[in-house]
Amino acid sequence: MAENKGILVCGELANGKLASITTELLGCGRKLADDLKEDLSCLLASDAVGGASKEAIAFGADKFYSVEHPTFKEYQADSYMQAVEKLVKEISPRAILIGQTSLGRDLAPRLAFRLGTSLTTDCLDLSIDPATKLLIQKRPVYGGNAQAIFTSELMPQVVTVRTKAMSPLERDDSRKGEVMPTKIDIDTSKVRTKILETVKEEAVGIKLEDAPVIVCGGRGVGGPEPFQTTLKALADLLHGAVGSSRPPADNGWVPEAAHIGLTGKIVAPDIYIAIAVSGASQHTAGCSGSKHIIAINKDPEANIFREAEFGVVGKYEEVVPAFTNKLKELLAG
Amino acid sequence: MPVNMIVCCKQVPDPEAPPAVFKVVNNQMTLPPDVKPVIGQYEEFALEAALKIKDTAGGKITALSLGNNFVRDVIKKALAVGGDELILMEDEAFEEGDSWSTANALAMAIKKIGEYDIIFCGRQSSDWDAGQVGLGIAEILGIPAVTLARKVEVTDGKAKVERVIPDGYQVVEVTLPALIIVTSGIGALRYPTLKGIMAAGKKQPVIWKPADIGLEPSQVGAAGRRSKLDKLFQPVKEAKCEIIEGETPAEAGANLAVRLKEAKLL
Repeated sequence: MAENKGILVCGELANGKLASITTELLGCGRKLADDLKEDLSCLLASDAVGGASKEAIAFGADKFYSVEHPTFKEYQADSYMQAVEKLVKEISPRAILIGQTSLGRDLAPRLAFRLGTSLTTDCLDLSIDPATKLLIQKRPVYGGNAQAIFTSELMPQVVTVRTKAMSPLERDDSRKGEVMPTKIDIDTSKVRTKILETVKEEAVGIKLEDAPVIVCGGRGVGGPEPFQTTLKALADLLHGAVGSSRPPADNGWVPEAAHIGLTGKIVAPDIYIAIAVSGASQHTAGCSGSKHIIAINKDPEANIFREAEFGVVGKYEEVVPAFTNKLKELLAG
Repeated sequence: MPVNMIVCCKQVPDPEAPPAVFKVVNNQMTLPPDVKPVIGQYEEFALEAALKIKDTAGGKITALSLGNNFVRDVIKKALAVGGDELILMEDEAFEEGDSWSTANALAMAIKKIGEYDIIFCGRQSSDWDAGQVGLGIAEILGIPAVTLARKVEVTDGKAKVERVIPDGYQVVEVTLPALIIVTSGIGALRYPTLKGIMAAGKKQPVIWKPADIGLEPSQVGAAGRRSKLDKLFQPVKEAKCEIIEGETPAEAGANLAVRLKEAKLL
Protein backbone atom coordinates (compact mmCIF):
# COMPACT_ATOMS: atom_id res chain seq x y z
CA MET A 1 0.00 0.00 0.00
CA ALA A 2 1.14 3.49 -0.80
CA GLU A 3 2.54 5.65 1.97
CA ASN A 4 -0.19 7.57 3.76
CA LYS A 5 0.08 11.30 3.09
CA GLY A 6 -1.97 14.42 3.56
CA ILE A 7 -5.02 15.39 5.56
CA LEU A 8 -8.57 14.67 4.42
CA VAL A 9 -11.55 16.63 5.74
CA CYS A 10 -14.99 15.02 5.41
CA GLY A 11 -17.14 18.04 4.69
CA GLU A 12 -20.81 18.72 5.29
CA LEU A 13 -23.25 21.16 3.78
CA ALA A 14 -25.79 23.26 5.66
CA ASN A 15 -28.49 24.95 3.57
CA GLY A 16 -26.45 24.47 0.40
CA LYS A 17 -23.31 26.09 1.80
CA LEU A 18 -20.25 24.69 3.53
CA ALA A 19 -21.26 23.96 7.14
CA SER A 20 -19.41 25.98 9.78
CA ILE A 21 -17.89 22.78 11.24
CA THR A 22 -16.34 22.10 7.82
CA THR A 23 -14.71 25.55 7.72
CA GLU A 24 -13.39 24.85 11.24
CA LEU A 25 -12.00 21.46 10.15
CA LEU A 26 -10.35 23.11 7.13
CA GLY A 27 -8.79 25.75 9.40
CA CYS A 28 -7.36 23.08 11.67
CA GLY A 29 -6.45 20.77 8.77
CA ARG A 30 -4.59 23.58 6.98
CA LYS A 31 -2.29 24.05 9.98
CA LEU A 32 -1.65 20.31 10.29
CA ALA A 33 -0.98 19.98 6.55
CA ASP A 34 1.43 22.95 6.64
CA ASP A 35 3.30 21.43 9.60
CA LEU A 36 3.64 18.20 7.61
CA LYS A 37 4.31 20.03 4.31
CA GLU A 38 1.54 17.95 2.77
CA ASP A 39 -1.80 18.57 1.04
CA LEU A 40 -5.17 19.29 2.58
CA SER A 41 -8.08 17.64 0.77
CA CYS A 42 -11.81 18.02 1.30
CA LEU A 43 -14.49 15.50 0.40
CA LEU A 44 -18.14 16.37 0.00
CA ALA A 45 -20.81 13.80 -0.69
CA SER A 46 -24.14 15.41 -1.49
CA ASP A 47 -27.02 15.30 -3.91
CA ALA A 48 -25.94 18.77 -5.10
CA VAL A 49 -22.47 20.05 -4.20
CA GLY A 50 -23.04 23.42 -5.91
CA GLY A 51 -20.53 26.17 -5.10
CA ALA A 52 -19.00 24.35 -2.14
CA SER A 53 -15.81 23.56 -4.10
CA LYS A 54 -14.94 27.28 -4.33
CA GLU A 55 -15.80 27.76 -0.66
CA ALA A 56 -13.68 24.80 0.48
CA ILE A 57 -10.68 26.11 -1.44
CA ALA A 58 -11.22 29.65 -0.13
CA PHE A 59 -11.21 28.23 3.41
CA GLY A 60 -7.94 26.33 2.94
CA ALA A 61 -8.32 23.14 0.86
CA ASP A 62 -5.69 22.27 -1.78
CA LYS A 63 -7.83 19.58 -3.38
CA PHE A 64 -11.56 19.17 -3.52
CA TYR A 65 -13.34 15.90 -4.20
CA SER A 66 -17.07 15.84 -4.72
CA VAL A 67 -19.34 12.84 -5.01
CA GLU A 68 -22.81 13.71 -6.22
CA HIS A 69 -25.57 11.15 -5.98
CA PRO A 70 -29.32 11.45 -5.35
CA THR A 71 -29.03 9.06 -2.40
CA PHE A 72 -27.01 11.68 -0.47
CA LYS A 73 -30.01 14.01 -0.19
CA GLU A 74 -30.39 12.64 3.33
CA TYR A 75 -27.42 11.06 5.08
CA GLN A 76 -27.59 7.29 5.28
CA ALA A 77 -24.51 5.45 6.53
CA ASP A 78 -24.61 2.60 4.04
CA SER A 79 -24.50 4.85 0.97
CA TYR A 80 -22.27 7.57 2.42
CA MET A 81 -19.70 5.04 3.66
CA GLN A 82 -19.24 3.71 0.13
CA ALA A 83 -18.10 7.13 -1.09
CA VAL A 84 -15.79 7.82 1.84
CA GLU A 85 -14.29 4.32 1.95
CA LYS A 86 -13.53 4.31 -1.78
CA LEU A 87 -11.95 7.77 -1.77
CA VAL A 88 -9.86 7.02 1.33
CA LYS A 89 -8.51 3.85 -0.28
CA GLU A 90 -7.70 5.81 -3.43
CA ILE A 91 -5.87 8.75 -1.86
CA SER A 92 -4.47 7.09 1.34
CA PRO A 93 -4.52 10.10 3.65
CA ARG A 94 -2.44 10.23 6.80
CA ALA A 95 -5.34 11.58 8.82
CA ILE A 96 -9.09 12.04 8.36
CA LEU A 97 -10.91 14.88 10.15
CA ILE A 98 -14.66 14.57 10.62
CA GLY A 99 -17.03 16.83 12.57
CA GLN A 100 -18.43 15.59 15.89
CA THR A 101 -21.88 16.21 14.42
CA SER A 102 -24.96 14.10 13.89
CA LEU A 103 -23.35 12.80 10.67
CA GLY A 104 -19.83 12.43 12.08
CA ARG A 105 -20.93 10.54 15.19
CA ASP A 106 -22.64 8.02 12.94
CA LEU A 107 -20.02 7.82 10.22
CA ALA A 108 -16.63 7.98 11.93
CA PRO A 109 -16.80 4.79 14.07
CA ARG A 110 -18.09 2.76 11.11
CA LEU A 111 -15.32 4.13 8.89
CA ALA A 112 -12.54 3.48 11.41
CA PHE A 113 -13.67 -0.09 12.08
CA ARG A 114 -14.18 -0.75 8.35
CA LEU A 115 -10.66 0.51 7.59
CA GLY A 116 -9.17 -1.46 10.49
CA THR A 117 -7.74 1.65 12.09
CA SER A 118 -8.42 3.60 15.29
CA LEU A 119 -10.56 6.64 16.01
CA THR A 120 -10.54 9.39 18.61
CA THR A 121 -13.90 11.17 18.88
CA ASP A 122 -14.79 14.67 20.05
CA CYS A 123 -11.25 16.14 19.88
CA LEU A 124 -10.67 19.64 21.25
CA ASP A 125 -7.15 20.03 19.96
CA LEU A 126 -4.96 18.39 17.33
CA SER A 127 -1.29 18.85 16.57
CA ILE A 128 1.56 17.03 14.84
CA ASP A 129 4.35 15.43 16.85
CA PRO A 130 7.42 16.69 14.95
CA ALA A 131 9.44 13.55 15.76
CA THR A 132 6.94 10.87 14.74
CA LYS A 133 4.62 12.94 12.49
CA LEU A 134 1.76 11.35 14.42
CA LEU A 135 -1.40 13.26 15.24
CA ILE A 136 -1.59 14.22 18.92
CA GLN A 137 -5.28 13.98 19.77
CA LYS A 138 -6.71 15.70 22.84
CA ARG A 139 -10.25 14.98 23.99
CA PRO A 140 -12.34 15.32 27.15
CA VAL A 141 -13.23 12.14 29.06
CA TYR A 142 -15.30 11.31 32.17
CA GLY A 143 -18.03 13.72 31.11
CA GLY A 144 -15.49 16.53 30.88
CA ASN A 145 -14.00 15.90 34.32
CA ALA A 146 -10.62 15.12 32.75
CA GLN A 147 -8.83 15.27 29.41
CA ALA A 148 -6.79 12.65 27.62
CA ILE A 149 -4.18 12.62 24.90
CA PHE A 150 -4.23 9.76 22.43
CA THR A 151 -2.03 8.72 19.52
CA SER A 152 -2.20 5.83 17.11
CA GLU A 153 0.34 4.40 14.71
CA LEU A 154 -2.34 2.86 12.52
CA MET A 155 -3.05 4.68 9.27
CA PRO A 156 -5.13 6.59 8.49
CA GLN A 157 -5.55 8.28 11.86
CA VAL A 158 -9.23 9.13 12.14
CA VAL A 159 -10.63 11.80 14.47
CA THR A 160 -13.83 13.69 15.00
CA VAL A 161 -13.58 17.30 16.17
CA ARG A 162 -16.00 19.10 18.45
CA THR A 163 -17.96 21.91 16.83
CA LYS A 164 -16.71 25.43 17.65
CA ALA A 165 -13.45 24.03 19.08
CA MET A 166 -11.35 25.16 16.09
CA SER A 167 -11.20 28.48 14.23
CA PRO A 168 -11.75 28.72 10.48
CA LEU A 169 -9.32 30.71 8.35
CA GLU A 170 -10.44 34.04 6.91
CA ARG A 171 -12.20 33.31 3.64
CA ASP A 172 -9.77 34.07 0.81
CA ASP A 173 -11.30 33.73 -2.65
CA SER A 174 -7.92 34.23 -4.31
CA ARG A 175 -6.58 30.95 -2.89
CA LYS A 176 -5.82 28.37 -5.54
CA GLY A 177 -6.91 24.77 -5.35
CA GLU A 178 -7.75 21.89 -7.57
CA VAL A 179 -11.18 20.36 -8.11
CA MET A 180 -10.42 16.68 -8.54
CA PRO A 181 -12.50 14.47 -10.79
CA THR A 182 -14.12 11.65 -8.86
CA LYS A 183 -15.87 8.64 -10.24
CA ILE A 184 -17.49 6.68 -7.47
CA ASP A 185 -20.50 4.49 -8.14
CA ILE A 186 -22.91 3.99 -5.28
CA ASP A 187 -24.55 0.58 -5.03
CA THR A 188 -27.96 1.43 -3.58
CA SER A 189 -28.79 -2.26 -3.10
CA LYS A 190 -26.29 -2.23 -0.22
CA VAL A 191 -28.28 0.36 1.74
CA ARG A 192 -29.85 -1.61 4.58
CA THR A 193 -31.89 1.21 6.13
CA LYS A 194 -34.80 3.17 4.76
CA ILE A 195 -35.83 6.66 5.91
CA LEU A 196 -39.62 6.59 6.02
CA GLU A 197 -40.10 10.13 7.28
CA THR A 198 -38.16 13.19 8.48
CA VAL A 199 -39.90 15.40 11.00
CA LYS A 200 -38.78 18.89 12.05
CA GLU A 201 -39.29 19.61 15.72
CA GLU A 202 -37.31 22.80 16.25
CA ALA A 203 -39.02 25.45 18.33
CA VAL A 204 -39.94 28.67 16.56
CA GLY A 205 -37.71 31.71 16.95
CA ILE A 206 -33.93 32.02 16.98
CA LYS A 207 -31.96 28.78 16.64
CA LEU A 208 -29.87 27.97 19.70
CA GLU A 209 -26.67 27.59 17.66
CA ASP A 210 -27.10 31.06 16.16
CA ALA A 211 -28.38 32.95 19.21
CA PRO A 212 -26.06 35.66 20.60
CA VAL A 213 -27.71 35.25 24.00
CA ILE A 214 -28.89 31.99 25.55
CA VAL A 215 -30.99 31.65 28.67
CA CYS A 216 -30.51 28.10 29.91
CA GLY A 217 -32.63 26.40 32.57
CA GLY A 218 -31.60 23.37 34.60
CA ARG A 219 -33.19 20.73 36.78
CA GLY A 220 -33.75 23.36 39.50
CA VAL A 221 -36.27 25.19 37.31
CA GLY A 222 -38.65 22.52 38.52
CA GLY A 223 -41.05 22.05 35.60
CA PRO A 224 -42.00 23.01 32.05
CA GLU A 225 -43.93 26.21 32.80
CA PRO A 226 -41.09 28.61 33.79
CA PHE A 227 -39.34 27.83 30.47
CA GLN A 228 -42.39 29.39 28.75
CA THR A 229 -42.68 32.34 31.15
CA THR A 230 -39.80 33.50 33.38
CA LEU A 231 -36.97 32.23 31.15
CA LYS A 232 -38.65 33.13 27.87
CA ALA A 233 -39.35 36.69 29.02
CA LEU A 234 -35.65 37.21 29.72
CA ALA A 235 -34.59 35.58 26.44
CA ASP A 236 -37.10 37.65 24.45
CA LEU A 237 -35.86 40.88 26.02
CA LEU A 238 -32.28 40.06 24.98
CA HIS A 239 -33.28 38.67 21.55
CA GLY A 240 -31.97 35.33 22.67
CA ALA A 241 -33.07 31.72 22.77
CA VAL A 242 -34.03 29.38 25.61
CA GLY A 243 -32.05 26.19 26.16
CA SER A 244 -31.75 23.58 28.88
CA SER A 245 -29.37 21.15 30.50
CA ARG A 246 -30.11 17.42 30.20
CA PRO A 247 -32.66 16.80 32.98
CA PRO A 248 -35.36 19.18 31.64
CA ALA A 249 -35.03 17.56 28.18
CA ASP A 250 -35.11 14.04 29.65
CA ASN A 251 -38.19 14.98 31.69
CA GLY A 252 -39.93 16.36 28.62
CA TRP A 253 -40.16 19.93 30.01
CA VAL A 254 -38.52 21.16 26.79
CA PRO A 255 -37.92 19.44 23.42
CA GLU A 256 -34.67 17.52 22.98
CA ALA A 257 -33.58 20.19 20.47
CA ALA A 258 -33.18 22.60 23.42
CA HIS A 259 -30.67 20.33 25.20
CA ILE A 260 -27.18 21.86 25.55
CA GLY A 261 -24.29 19.64 26.60
CA LEU A 262 -21.97 16.78 25.73
CA THR A 263 -24.76 14.76 24.11
CA GLY A 264 -26.86 17.75 23.07
CA LYS A 265 -25.92 20.96 21.32
CA ILE A 266 -22.58 22.71 21.64
CA VAL A 267 -23.11 26.46 21.76
CA ALA A 268 -20.85 29.48 22.11
CA PRO A 269 -22.98 32.63 22.44
CA ASP A 270 -21.75 36.02 23.64
CA ILE A 271 -23.83 35.74 26.79
CA TYR A 272 -24.94 32.53 28.48
CA ILE A 273 -27.28 32.88 31.44
CA ALA A 274 -27.49 29.63 33.42
CA ILE A 275 -30.56 29.51 35.64
CA ALA A 276 -30.87 26.79 38.29
CA VAL A 277 -28.24 24.77 36.41
CA SER A 278 -25.91 22.82 38.73
CA GLY A 279 -23.12 22.85 36.17
CA ALA A 280 -22.23 19.18 35.79
CA SER A 281 -19.24 18.75 33.50
CA GLN A 282 -21.49 17.02 30.94
CA HIS A 283 -23.43 20.28 30.67
CA THR A 284 -20.57 22.78 30.74
CA ALA A 285 -18.97 20.78 27.91
CA GLY A 286 -21.72 22.27 25.76
CA CYS A 287 -21.42 25.92 26.82
CA SER A 288 -17.85 26.52 28.03
CA GLY A 289 -17.02 28.29 24.76
CA SER A 290 -19.45 31.11 25.63
CA LYS A 291 -17.82 34.54 25.93
CA HIS A 292 -19.55 35.47 29.20
CA ILE A 293 -21.29 33.01 31.52
CA ILE A 294 -23.69 34.33 34.14
CA ALA A 295 -25.06 31.99 36.80
CA ILE A 296 -28.12 32.22 39.02
CA ASN A 297 -28.44 29.39 41.51
CA LYS A 298 -29.62 29.03 45.09
CA ASP A 299 -26.71 26.71 45.96
CA PRO A 300 -23.51 28.72 46.53
CA GLU A 301 -21.50 25.50 46.07
CA ALA A 302 -22.98 24.75 42.63
CA ASN A 303 -20.30 23.90 40.11
CA ILE A 304 -21.67 26.43 37.64
CA PHE A 305 -20.10 29.24 39.74
CA ARG A 306 -16.68 27.79 38.84
CA GLU A 307 -17.48 28.43 35.17
CA ALA A 308 -19.25 31.76 35.51
CA GLU A 309 -17.91 35.29 35.37
CA PHE A 310 -20.84 36.84 37.26
CA GLY A 311 -23.24 35.14 39.63
CA VAL A 312 -26.13 35.61 41.99
CA VAL A 313 -26.85 33.19 44.83
CA GLY A 314 -30.60 33.03 45.35
CA LYS A 315 -33.84 31.41 44.30
CA TYR A 316 -34.27 32.03 40.60
CA GLU A 317 -38.02 32.68 41.06
CA GLU A 318 -37.08 35.84 42.97
CA VAL A 319 -33.83 36.79 41.23
CA VAL A 320 -34.78 36.43 37.57
CA PRO A 321 -37.96 38.62 37.39
CA ALA A 322 -36.15 41.47 39.19
CA PHE A 323 -33.13 41.01 36.90
CA THR A 324 -35.35 41.07 33.80
CA ASN A 325 -37.25 44.17 34.97
CA LYS A 326 -34.08 46.09 35.76
CA LEU A 327 -32.56 45.11 32.41
CA LYS A 328 -35.68 46.33 30.63
CA GLU A 329 -35.36 49.67 32.41
CA LEU A 330 -31.64 49.98 31.61
CA LEU A 331 -32.08 48.98 27.97
CA ALA A 332 -34.89 51.49 27.55
CA GLY A 333 -32.90 54.25 29.18
CA MET B 1 -43.44 -12.66 17.45
CA PRO B 2 -41.04 -12.83 20.41
CA VAL B 3 -37.88 -10.81 19.94
CA ASN B 4 -34.46 -12.09 20.93
CA MET B 5 -32.43 -9.21 22.32
CA ILE B 6 -28.92 -8.61 23.62
CA VAL B 7 -28.19 -5.46 25.63
CA CYS B 8 -24.58 -4.36 26.14
CA CYS B 9 -24.09 -2.76 29.56
CA LYS B 10 -21.06 -1.21 31.20
CA GLN B 11 -20.32 -0.77 34.87
CA VAL B 12 -18.94 2.76 35.39
CA PRO B 13 -18.24 5.09 38.32
CA ASP B 14 -21.35 7.18 38.99
CA PRO B 15 -21.08 10.00 36.39
CA GLU B 16 -23.41 12.17 38.47
CA ALA B 17 -20.84 12.37 41.26
CA PRO B 18 -19.80 16.01 41.88
CA PRO B 19 -17.01 17.15 39.55
CA ALA B 20 -14.70 17.88 42.50
CA VAL B 21 -14.33 14.17 43.41
CA PHE B 22 -12.84 13.21 40.03
CA LYS B 23 -9.07 13.20 40.57
CA VAL B 24 -6.39 12.04 38.18
CA VAL B 25 -3.37 10.53 39.93
CA ASN B 26 -0.49 9.04 37.92
CA ASN B 27 -2.46 8.93 34.67
CA GLN B 28 -5.33 7.10 36.36
CA MET B 29 -8.77 8.32 37.34
CA THR B 30 -9.17 7.76 41.05
CA LEU B 31 -12.44 8.21 42.86
CA PRO B 32 -13.20 8.06 46.57
CA PRO B 33 -14.83 4.79 47.71
CA ASP B 34 -18.15 6.50 48.39
CA VAL B 35 -18.61 7.04 44.63
CA LYS B 36 -20.53 3.87 43.81
CA PRO B 37 -20.42 2.12 40.46
CA VAL B 38 -23.60 2.14 38.37
CA ILE B 39 -24.74 0.84 34.99
CA GLY B 40 -23.94 3.64 32.54
CA GLN B 41 -26.82 6.04 31.93
CA TYR B 42 -27.10 5.32 28.21
CA GLU B 43 -26.96 1.55 28.78
CA GLU B 44 -29.88 2.03 31.17
CA PHE B 45 -31.79 3.62 28.29
CA ALA B 46 -30.77 0.66 26.10
CA LEU B 47 -32.17 -1.75 28.71
CA GLU B 48 -35.41 0.23 28.82
CA ALA B 49 -35.70 0.09 25.01
CA ALA B 50 -35.40 -3.71 25.18
CA LEU B 51 -37.88 -3.99 28.07
CA LYS B 52 -40.46 -1.91 26.17
CA ILE B 53 -40.26 -4.38 23.27
CA LYS B 54 -40.49 -7.32 25.65
CA ASP B 55 -43.61 -5.69 27.19
CA THR B 56 -45.43 -5.60 23.87
CA ALA B 57 -43.98 -8.30 21.59
CA GLY B 58 -42.50 -10.58 24.23
CA GLY B 59 -39.06 -12.11 23.93
CA LYS B 60 -35.81 -12.65 25.73
CA ILE B 61 -33.24 -10.16 26.99
CA THR B 62 -29.62 -11.17 27.51
CA ALA B 63 -27.51 -8.52 29.23
CA LEU B 64 -23.84 -8.64 28.28
CA SER B 65 -21.06 -6.80 30.04
CA LEU B 66 -17.29 -6.66 29.79
CA GLY B 67 -14.92 -5.64 32.54
CA ASN B 68 -13.44 -6.87 35.78
CA ASN B 69 -14.45 -6.83 39.44
CA PHE B 70 -18.15 -6.45 38.76
CA VAL B 71 -20.18 -5.45 41.79
CA ARG B 72 -22.88 -8.12 41.59
CA ASP B 73 -25.69 -6.01 43.06
CA VAL B 74 -24.97 -3.22 40.56
CA ILE B 75 -24.75 -5.26 37.37
CA LYS B 76 -27.59 -7.57 38.41
CA LYS B 77 -29.91 -4.58 38.09
CA ALA B 78 -30.14 -5.69 34.43
CA LEU B 79 -31.86 -8.86 35.68
CA ALA B 80 -33.89 -7.17 38.42
CA VAL B 81 -35.61 -4.83 35.94
CA GLY B 82 -36.61 -7.72 33.70
CA GLY B 83 -33.57 -9.13 31.88
CA ASP B 84 -33.57 -12.92 31.48
CA GLU B 85 -29.90 -13.73 31.45
CA LEU B 86 -26.66 -12.02 32.40
CA ILE B 87 -23.32 -12.81 30.82
CA LEU B 88 -20.26 -11.22 32.38
CA MET B 89 -17.03 -11.20 30.46
CA GLU B 90 -15.00 -10.81 33.60
CA ASP B 91 -11.23 -11.01 33.64
CA GLU B 92 -8.22 -8.90 34.50
CA ALA B 93 -7.19 -9.15 30.84
CA PHE B 94 -10.32 -7.22 29.79
CA GLU B 95 -9.24 -4.12 31.75
CA GLU B 96 -8.02 -0.85 30.19
CA GLY B 97 -9.24 -1.67 26.70
CA ASP B 98 -10.05 0.88 24.02
CA SER B 99 -13.10 1.07 21.77
CA TRP B 100 -11.56 -1.45 19.38
CA SER B 101 -10.61 -4.17 21.86
CA THR B 102 -13.92 -3.73 23.70
CA ALA B 103 -16.06 -3.91 20.54
CA ASN B 104 -14.09 -6.90 19.26
CA ALA B 105 -14.51 -8.90 22.48
CA LEU B 106 -18.23 -8.04 22.68
CA ALA B 107 -18.70 -9.06 19.03
CA MET B 108 -16.98 -12.39 19.68
CA ALA B 109 -19.26 -12.97 22.69
CA ILE B 110 -22.32 -12.13 20.59
CA LYS B 111 -21.18 -14.64 17.94
CA LYS B 112 -20.95 -17.23 20.69
CA ILE B 113 -24.48 -16.37 21.90
CA GLY B 114 -25.44 -16.94 18.28
CA GLU B 115 -29.13 -16.15 17.96
CA TYR B 116 -30.40 -12.58 18.17
CA ASP B 117 -32.76 -10.16 16.47
CA ILE B 118 -31.61 -6.89 18.03
CA ILE B 119 -28.45 -5.83 19.84
CA PHE B 120 -29.01 -2.71 21.91
CA CYS B 121 -26.16 -0.42 23.00
CA GLY B 122 -26.07 3.01 24.65
CA ARG B 123 -24.83 5.96 22.60
CA GLN B 124 -21.67 6.37 24.66
CA SER B 125 -20.21 5.07 27.89
CA SER B 126 -20.53 7.35 30.89
CA ASP B 127 -16.81 7.29 31.63
CA TRP B 128 -14.80 7.49 28.39
CA ASP B 129 -17.66 8.97 26.31
CA ALA B 130 -16.14 7.69 23.04
CA GLY B 131 -19.36 6.57 21.37
CA GLN B 132 -17.71 3.93 19.17
CA VAL B 133 -18.35 0.47 20.59
CA GLY B 134 -21.92 -0.06 19.31
CA LEU B 135 -21.09 0.83 15.71
CA GLY B 136 -17.85 -1.14 16.01
CA ILE B 137 -19.76 -4.29 16.98
CA ALA B 138 -22.12 -3.81 14.01
CA GLU B 139 -19.17 -3.45 11.63
CA ILE B 140 -17.43 -6.55 12.98
CA LEU B 141 -20.63 -8.60 12.77
CA GLY B 142 -21.56 -7.11 9.39
CA ILE B 143 -25.08 -6.12 10.44
CA PRO B 144 -26.89 -2.81 9.90
CA ALA B 145 -26.97 -0.25 12.70
CA VAL B 146 -29.23 2.68 13.51
CA THR B 147 -27.92 5.32 15.94
CA LEU B 148 -29.58 7.74 18.38
CA ALA B 149 -32.85 5.84 18.73
CA ARG B 150 -35.48 7.31 21.02
CA LYS B 151 -38.30 4.89 20.10
CA VAL B 152 -38.20 1.37 18.68
CA GLU B 153 -41.05 -0.80 17.42
CA VAL B 154 -40.72 -4.28 15.95
CA THR B 155 -43.05 -5.74 13.32
CA ASP B 156 -42.58 -8.54 10.79
CA GLY B 157 -38.85 -8.94 11.16
CA LYS B 158 -38.23 -5.22 10.87
CA ALA B 159 -37.60 -2.46 13.38
CA LYS B 160 -39.03 1.02 13.00
CA VAL B 161 -36.78 3.48 14.81
CA GLU B 162 -37.25 7.14 15.68
CA ARG B 163 -33.75 8.49 15.22
CA VAL B 164 -32.90 11.88 16.76
CA ILE B 165 -31.40 14.43 14.33
CA PRO B 166 -30.37 18.03 15.20
CA ASP B 167 -33.73 19.66 14.51
CA GLY B 168 -36.17 16.80 14.91
CA TYR B 169 -36.23 13.10 14.14
CA GLN B 170 -36.33 10.58 11.34
CA VAL B 171 -38.31 7.39 11.17
CA VAL B 172 -35.89 4.74 9.94
CA GLU B 173 -36.76 1.19 9.00
CA VAL B 174 -34.18 -1.56 9.28
CA THR B 175 -34.37 -5.30 8.63
CA LEU B 176 -33.41 -7.51 11.55
CA PRO B 177 -30.99 -8.65 12.79
CA ALA B 178 -29.69 -5.16 13.51
CA LEU B 179 -27.86 -3.17 16.13
CA ILE B 180 -29.69 -0.20 17.62
CA ILE B 181 -27.95 2.54 19.59
CA VAL B 182 -30.16 4.25 22.11
CA THR B 183 -30.22 7.84 23.38
CA SER B 184 -32.09 9.54 26.20
CA GLY B 185 -35.56 10.18 24.73
CA ILE B 186 -36.54 6.54 25.20
CA GLY B 187 -37.51 7.19 28.82
CA ALA B 188 -35.84 6.42 32.15
CA LEU B 189 -35.14 2.81 33.08
CA ARG B 190 -38.02 1.41 35.15
CA TYR B 191 -37.48 0.59 38.81
CA PRO B 192 -36.95 -3.07 39.63
CA THR B 193 -39.90 -4.74 41.36
CA LEU B 194 -39.43 -6.60 44.62
CA LYS B 195 -40.13 -9.82 42.76
CA GLY B 196 -37.53 -8.86 40.17
CA ILE B 197 -34.92 -8.18 42.84
CA MET B 198 -35.62 -11.53 44.52
CA ALA B 199 -35.39 -13.42 41.23
CA ALA B 200 -32.17 -11.63 40.28
CA GLY B 201 -30.68 -12.53 43.64
CA LYS B 202 -31.12 -16.22 42.91
CA LYS B 203 -29.80 -16.08 39.36
CA GLN B 204 -26.10 -16.64 38.77
CA PRO B 205 -24.45 -14.72 35.94
CA VAL B 206 -22.58 -16.72 33.30
CA ILE B 207 -18.87 -15.84 33.40
CA TRP B 208 -16.75 -15.86 30.25
CA LYS B 209 -12.98 -15.53 30.07
CA PRO B 210 -11.09 -14.52 26.89
CA ALA B 211 -10.61 -18.20 25.96
CA ASP B 212 -14.37 -18.75 26.15
CA ILE B 213 -14.86 -16.34 23.25
CA GLY B 214 -11.89 -17.66 21.30
CA LEU B 215 -9.49 -14.82 22.07
CA GLU B 216 -6.02 -14.80 23.63
CA PRO B 217 -5.45 -12.47 26.59
CA SER B 218 -3.07 -10.57 24.26
CA GLN B 219 -6.02 -9.71 21.99
CA VAL B 220 -8.25 -8.09 24.62
CA GLY B 221 -8.19 -5.16 27.03
CA ALA B 222 -5.03 -3.07 27.27
CA ALA B 223 -3.00 -5.53 25.18
CA GLY B 224 -5.51 -5.39 22.33
CA ARG B 225 -5.69 -1.61 22.05
CA ARG B 226 -5.32 0.17 18.74
CA SER B 227 -5.00 3.65 20.21
CA LYS B 228 -2.52 4.62 22.84
CA LEU B 229 -3.47 6.70 25.88
CA ASP B 230 -0.45 8.95 26.31
CA LYS B 231 -1.71 11.11 29.12
CA LEU B 232 -4.73 11.63 31.35
CA PHE B 233 -4.88 14.99 33.12
CA GLN B 234 -7.09 17.73 34.48
CA PRO B 235 -6.58 21.23 33.14
CA VAL B 236 -6.25 23.77 35.93
CA LYS B 237 -9.26 26.05 35.96
CA GLU B 238 -9.22 29.36 37.78
CA ALA B 239 -12.60 30.08 39.25
CA LYS B 240 -13.11 33.84 39.32
CA CYS B 241 -16.81 34.36 39.59
CA GLU B 242 -17.90 37.78 40.85
CA ILE B 243 -20.87 37.18 43.13
CA ILE B 244 -23.36 40.05 43.05
CA GLU B 245 -24.95 40.68 46.43
CA GLY B 246 -28.14 42.39 47.56
CA GLU B 247 -30.36 42.73 50.64
CA THR B 248 -32.85 40.36 49.02
CA PRO B 249 -32.53 37.94 46.09
CA ALA B 250 -34.61 40.38 44.02
CA GLU B 251 -32.25 43.24 44.82
CA ALA B 252 -29.27 41.06 43.91
CA GLY B 253 -31.02 40.34 40.59
CA ALA B 254 -31.44 44.06 39.89
CA ASN B 255 -27.83 44.71 40.93
CA LEU B 256 -26.71 42.03 38.47
CA ALA B 257 -28.39 43.96 35.65
CA VAL B 258 -26.60 47.16 36.71
CA ARG B 259 -23.24 45.34 36.94
CA LEU B 260 -23.65 43.80 33.48
CA LYS B 261 -24.35 47.22 32.04
CA GLU B 262 -21.23 48.63 33.77
CA ALA B 263 -19.18 45.76 32.37
CA LYS B 264 -20.60 46.67 28.91
CA LEU B 265 -21.98 43.18 28.36
CA LEU B 266 -25.30 44.55 27.14
